[in-house]
This record gives sequence, structure tokens and C-alpha cells, in this order.
Amino acid sequence: MTGLQSHDRDELKARYPHVFDRPLSSRLAVPVVIACAAGLFLFGLVALEFSPARMLAGLSQLGWFILLMIPPDPGSSLPTYLAAMGETLSIALLGTTLAAVFALPVSLLAARNIVPSNIFRFPVRRFLDSVRGVDTLIWALVWINVVGLGPFAGVLAIAVSDFGSFGKLFSEAFETADRNQVEGIRASGGNALHEIRFGLLPQVLPVIAGQVLYFFESNTRSATIIGIVGAGGIGLQLAEQIRVLEWQKVSFLILMILVAVAAIDWISGKLRFAIIGRRAVV
Amino acid sequence: MPVAISILPEQQLAALSRTYREAVARKRLRATVAAAVFFAALVIAAIGAEVNLKTFFTYFGNFVSYFDRIFRLESGARVWTDVGEWFWGWKKWLSLLGETILISYVGTLSGAILAFGLNFLAAKNTAPVAWLRFAVMRFMEFCRTVPDIVFALIFVIAFGLGPMAGVLAIAIHCVGALGKQYLEIVENVDMKPVEGVRATGAGWMSCMRFAVVPQVAAGFAGYTLLRFEINVRGASVMGFVGAGGIGQELIVAIRKFYYSDVSAILLLIIVTVFMIDIGTGWVRGRLFGADRRR
Repeated sequence: MTGLQSHDRDELKARYPHVFDRPLSSRLAVPVVIACAAGLFLFGLVALEFSPARMLAGLSQLGWFILLMIPPDPGSSLPTYLAAMGETLSIALLGTTLAAVFALPVSLLAARNIVPSNIFRFPVRRFLDSVRGVDTLIWALVWINVVGLGPFAGVLAIAVSDFGSFGKLFSEAFETADRNQVEGIRASGGNALHEIRFGLLPQVLPVIAGQVLYFFESNTRSATIIGIVGAGGIGLQLAEQIRVLEWQKVSFLILMILVAVAAIDWISGKLRFAIIGRRAVV
Repeated sequence: MPVAISILPEQQLAALSRTYREAVARKRLRATVAAAVFFAALVIAAIGAEVNLKTFFTYFGNFVSYFDRIFRLESGARVWTDVGEWFWGWKKWLSLLGETILISYVGTLSGAILAFGLNFLAAKNTAPVAWLRFAVMRFMEFCRTVPDIVFALIFVIAFGLGPMAGVLAIAIHCVGALGKQYLEIVENVDMKPVEGVRATGAGWMSCMRFAVVPQVAAGFAGYTLLRFEINVRGASVMGFVGAGGIGQELIVAIRKFYYSDVSAILLLIIVTVFMIDIGTGWVRGRLFGADRRR
């Protein structure tokens, strides 16, 4: 195959001007964006005190830690760790349930098809957004101030931060629900409460149940870390063992977390299929 | 207008309503058993998590008054009566917030670059070798399941206190999380362009570069922006374990009961998260808008 003849190219240029003569702005856009991104990246590396020497020293340290982690060994504290794992799962389950119970009525207030008035809906939405903007760990710190150290603070922290997410997700579920069934209830003489109970809830509950299970999964992960600030569960043990450099115990705890999260994923996956079927897996 | 409603004969009706009642009874039984199991699990969990309703109700007033207290200055006046006093440390806080965003940016970008390199090795339709795919999949699963703050705890010891540990922790977590999302996009691409490129005699690299990347670039960018936003939230607590950013100031303020500082810093974080949220939303709209126009 030979290259294009020059008159072919001219002909092509004449026929497809927009391919050959793109305006300068569109031709420069991608390189400029990439250059800016790379520049900011380099600035970040300098500003955040990266240096090859520190990197090398850290990596060699990390290599030592990994060598010391093998084999994972709980020592004599296996029962303590199992209890802590149970505590973590309890925190996740209770926190998710509490959040769902309290978010359900509030999400009704934030749904457009239930509360049509914007004046009322707007503050509710902003309130939910602010609750969501604060990380679970920060809520944990606040609750520790209120109810003291321990897993109960963790339950409340997860409940509050999920309350924000659930409020938003549930209200979206209500908004996408089908109007026709609600109108059917009204046509047969139902009042507003009947409309919600028999027209909306049957449509929305499976979706909500799926989301709650999904959050239970992700909360198992969050519950493993809130212990780091003192709110109970396996994170407390993990942070402690990292601080005293007991690497074999650390690797054992990480393995435990991996196994527990995988198990919960599997169980909740099965439950979600059972509740909502294949069609609407989040 | 009279409407004729056909009524079934007595016998047929009885059989039908019996089946109906049985079906409803079976459904009710199943729901009751499920509810009972759920409540049993809740009670066990409540005992396990040392739930104490008495403490909760005794101290719930504290929770409400906590929010009252964080909106008061030391002098007892409401914070908004003296904004200068409320945000007295704004110079330090803003620079720490900048650091937080920078941690998130550098972490997300390096994680995204790594995930970009790895995901083609792990996607079902593009993986060159089976054992490599298995190894990369397990590695990404590990990165995404271990929470970033746990990585930060370990890195703080290995690399020393400071934002570097936070960046690396976010980057590692990002490899796992983004890798999985990238991989799902790559597994859904149209394979015909790949066949076309291969038919010209191109190697694996060129197939990826000229057939797969143009199809997935916009999707990748969208997920990366979303991850950046999530990581800003994550980076705001990295300081809790000494890995840089605004978290350091916040934990000190909460632990030492500097009430008005808590509300000021929290407000700054919430506003920043909102702004990043809106900004990335705008960029994503532009990206996908351009995609649709093409």
C-alpha cells in the first residue's frame, strides 16, 4: 500500500474541511487541559513535600513492615478480636436500621410529588445535604462528646451520616414512583394516607430495601474505621496494634476485615436478589 | 348507565377465594418470620453494641446543646454577631483546606493513572493473559476493601507525619475503587473497532490505544471526577491520624472543646464540599454534553 497522493489529499481536504481545518481552540483544548492538570499535579507534589529520598526511605520501611506481617497471627487475643468484629457488625446493622427508620418520614417531606411546595422542600433538602457533607468520623467524634467512648457512639454516628444519604435516596425513589397507582387509590375513595400506604409504598419499598441492604454492606466498611477515633469495634483494635507496631496482629486483623466484608457482600447480594429480583440491583 | 358485572357461580368463587386466602396467608407468614428474624438480629446487635437507652436519653440534651454551644463565642454571644472573631484563624484554615483539596487531587490523579494502566489487564475482553487478570483483580479488590484511613495509619508510620501519607493512602484506595469502575466500562465497549484495528496487524497496545480508549475516555473522566469529590471528603478526615489537611485542626478543636472553632471549620468543610460538588457536576455536564453533540 502506498501513501496518499498529494492531489488525493487536496481533494479530501476540499471535501471534508471540518476534519482538516479544525479551529485552533478545539485543537488546543485537550493539550491545554492535560498541561494544566500535569502542572497542578507537579505543584501538588512540591507543596505536599514529596521527595524521592522520603519516598525511598518510606518504601523500604513499608517493605520491612510487610515482611514482619507474615505470617498473620492473632497471638492470644483471638477471642477479643472476634468480639470486636461482632461489635462492628452490630454497629453497622443498628446504625443502618436507625437511619432508615428516621429517614423514611423525612424523605416524604423532600419528595416533589408529595410536598409540591418549594419553600418547604428546599430547607429539608439543604439540611440533608449538610448532614451528608460531614464525614462519619466527624459525627463519631461529636457523639463521643455526647454519650462517651464506646460502640454506642459509633451506632449514632453511622445513623446520623446515613440519615442524610437515605433521605436523599428515598425521596428520589418516591419521585420516580408511578402516579397512576396513586390516582387509582384516590379514584376508589382513599385519603392522602391511603394513597401513600397503598399507592406509593408498595412501589417504593423494594427499591428502599435494596438501598438499605447496600448501605449495610458499605457501613460494615465504615464501622471498621470509626474505632480509630474511639467509637468501638474492630478499628479500635486495629489502630492500637498499628501504633504499637504489632505487625502480625495487624495483618491478621486486616484479613479478618477482608473476610467479614466479603461474607456480608455475599449475604446481602443474595438477600437483594430475593427481595427485588434481578431487575433493579443498585 | 347500568353495568353488567358477571358473578361467578358459588362453587368456583369459593375455590378461588380459598386459593387467594392461602396465598395471602403464606405471604404474611413469610413476612412475619422475616420480621422476627430481623428483630432478633437487632436485639442481639443492640446487646453487642452496648446500646444504653438510659445514657442516650440522659445525654441527648447534650447533643442538642452541643450545637447550641458550637454556635457561641467564648464571650457567650452568638457567633454571627462577630464574624471576625468566629473565623479568627481563616488564613491558616483556608491554606489547610487548600492542602486538603490538593491531597485529594494528587491522590486521585495518581490512583487514576495506575488504575488506567491496570484495568486493561483485568477486563474480561481485553486481558492478555488469564493469570495476570486474576492477580490484578485480587490486588484491586484488596485496595478497595481496606479503608483509606487504615492505609493512612500505616503510611504515617512508614513515611512520617504529613500530607504525603494521606496522598499515598488515597491513591491506593483509588486504584481499587476506580479500577473496578473503569473495568466495567471497558467490559461493555463495542469490540468491532478492536477487531478492525487488529485486522490491520496492530499489537495489543495499539488495539487498546486506538480502539478501546476513544470509546471509554468520557466515562473514565466522569468516574474520576466523582471519585475526586468523594476523596475531598475523605481527605478532610485524613488529619485525624496525622496525614495532613484540615482534619488535624478539626480533631484538636473537637477534643479540646474549642466550640466556635468546630462550627467554623465544619462550615468551611461543608461549603468546600458543596463547591467541589457543583464544580465537578458542571465539568461532567460539559463532558457528556460534548459527547452527545458529536
